[in-house]
Amino acid sequence: MFERILLMALFFLTISILVGLYRVIKGPSLPDRVVALDTIGINIIAGVAIISILLNTHAFFDIILVIGILSFIGTISFSKFIERGYIIEYKRDY
Amino acid sequence: MKSNDVILQTVTKIVTFIILTFAIYLFLAGHHEPGGGFIGGLVITSALTLLYLAFDIETVREGLPVDFKVVAAIGVFIAVATGMGSLLFDQPFLSQTFGYFNLPIFGKTELATAVLFDLGVALAVVGTGVTIILSISGDA
Repeated sequence: MFERILLMALFFLTISILVGLYRVIKGPSLPDRVVALDTIGINIIAGVAIISILLNTHAFFDIILVIGILSFIGTISFSKFIERGYIIEYKRDY
Repeated sequence: MKSNDVILQTVTKIVTFIILTFAIYLFLAGHHEPGGGFIGGLVITSALTLLYLAFDIETVREGLPVDFKVVAAIGVFIAVATGMGSLLFDQPFLSQTFGYFNLPIFGKTELATAVLFDLGVALAVVGTGVTIILSISGDA
């Protein structure tokens, strides 16, 4: 029963990732794509957590942290690019 | 418009230490569990990237006055030197050994020579990654 619930959750997370992927490809503007990429990252984290419950192991927890860090930095750099037009500046003037 | 990065910079000052701690954990876990020099170096590179994002190149260079091309070269030298070191004991190139020692705080600990090779790999990855990011970021 519990395993079936986990498999159903994994299925719906997969559908959610696919919908996000559609928004990344089709999205009219750049902010849509950035938000969709962030959503895909969070869904992947949830999927890895469910898989590690299903396989009854704790070897995947490092992967969760790494995906979280990379998704965070990617979202921040995209946001800064949208807001300012550059990502890393040589010397800031404030 | 005067830009205001207070939230990003405050979060960065905390999150960078969390990421660096996680990088050291990954570096030391690389013997029996997932991890190792390469992924540890990549996570250190992402922490430095976050610093470069929140602040600027000049500020980070003041706090960390290191030429990362030299870091990459030192890393490759350490990796090759630990490989050549096994030739001194009539062993094949890159062979490794380990032993159990009684350390003061940790108790019985396994120390392996592969950690030195991993240190070289991590330094090479950090130097290469930061050099690439600073090169493609435009106005470096």
